[in-house]
Amino acid sequence: MNIDSIRNGVVIDHISAGCGMRLYHLLGLETLDVSVAIIKNVSSRKLGKKDIIKIDAPIPVNLDVIGFVDPMATVNIIRDGKLIEKKSIEMPELLRNVIRCNNPRCITTTEQELPHLFRLTDRDRKIYRCVYCETKAQ
Amino acid sequence: MKSIIDILDLSTDEIEELIAVAEDIIQNPRAYAHRMEGKKLATLFFEPSTRTRMSFEAAMYELGGNVISMASAASSSAAKGESVADTVKTVSCYADIIAMRHPKEGAALVAANSASVPVINAGDGGHCHPTQTLADLFTIRREKGRFSGLTVGVCGDLKFGRTVHSLINALSRYPDVHFVLISPEELKVPSYVKRDVLAKKGIPYEQTTNLEGVIGDLDILYMTRVQRERFFNEEDYLRLRDSYILTPEKLKGAKADLSVMHPLPRVNEISVAIDDDPRACYFKQVKNGKYMRMALILKLIGGDGQ
Repeated sequence: MNIDSIRNGVVIDHISAGCGMRLYHLLGLETLDVSVAIIKNVSSRKLGKKDIIKIDAPIPVNLDVIGFVDPMATVNIIRDGKLIEKKSIEMPELLRNVIRCNNPRCITTTEQELPHLFRLTDRDRKIYRCVYCETKAQ
Repeated sequence: MKSIIDILDLSTDEIEELIAVAEDIIQNPRAYAHRMEGKKLATLFFEPSTRTRMSFEAAMYELGGNVISMASAASSSAAKGESVADTVKTVSCYADIIAMRHPKEGAALVAANSASVPVINAGDGGHCHPTQTLADLFTIRREKGRFSGLTVGVCGDLKFGRTVHSLINALSRYPDVHFVLISPEELKVPSYVKRDVLAKKGIPYEQTTNLEGVIGDLDILYMTRVQRERFFNEEDYLRLRDSYILTPEKLKGAKADLSVMHPLPRVNEISVAIDDDPRACYFKQVKNGKYMRMALILKLIGGDGQ
């Protein structure tokens, strides 16, 4: 399967297989009016299988979202067909308005204008908890 | 300006200070009778409460302060759709300190972030209830003289029971505490409490469904109510409600100096026949709670009480 190279845009590579679609949705890529390719289950020497997202436009991407979904992913910035920058990805300490708390008793379910905040509470196990009610993020 | 949302907002040193002040209030009540003159406590209770609300009110009155409050959540602006943030911003204009209970978890943090005066969490759903834990700690200290070296049994609803989680968190900061977790299978302590608090700190604990089998080992028995309001399913509540009922017969196997505690209100989990047993401490907890709330109010808006 061939996907054209992009001249100006972003390639999110080394996404753990199966995480590509989640990243696509959390990054809000479905709302963009540009070409976006999600390539799933690509063979990878390092990972065995991986997903790749190619965005054919020089847009900023939220690195916190990528760090939350898959801190092992890499972000490559492409200009004029050349790789000009590799962004380093880290798990963010605080996630703001990326995911919502699924605890029906959480204050965020009734106070609509509150920011949805999750704090990293266990880096080794990649656990985020709601700042308000401490429920674990799914 | 400090607010108290979680018992862990207070260091063990700060808890020691509060205990010292509470003890001094008991010994010298007149010295504190005017400490809060000219100050107002606002009690915002969006959920039914008898003892916590009255305890805060009694605490403020005994310090010489005044109390303002709303009759009920149904008659407040919350019923018109006002946010917690707007409510506490408004109430901050009238009061020097706010005690708030709200059914939603995290509501107290929202209040603290919005208020211009200190907020004390008087219970936010099933999340935290730090002043109950202060009452519990003060009671343990008064009954046992220490926190370390105790075998503490917690019994009943250990899944939804916020008082139990707070107590485990608070006591886990002291050395050589051993927990015995007694509950039906469906109401066990959540795994994150066992993993993130007990296992992480290397605190020994055992889990059992059999109260009689362990009661003889305990220094403290902390009973809890299965709370109807924490269940979405009435059938589950009814099935689990009568899991553990402490009776004089069960107490026969306990140590002579066991302290039986309960955050109250009880439904039927402690027989009234135990009330006159010298080991029953639950009404002492109520009184101790008032003194700790007095000490906390003093700490937050009136100096250290010295």
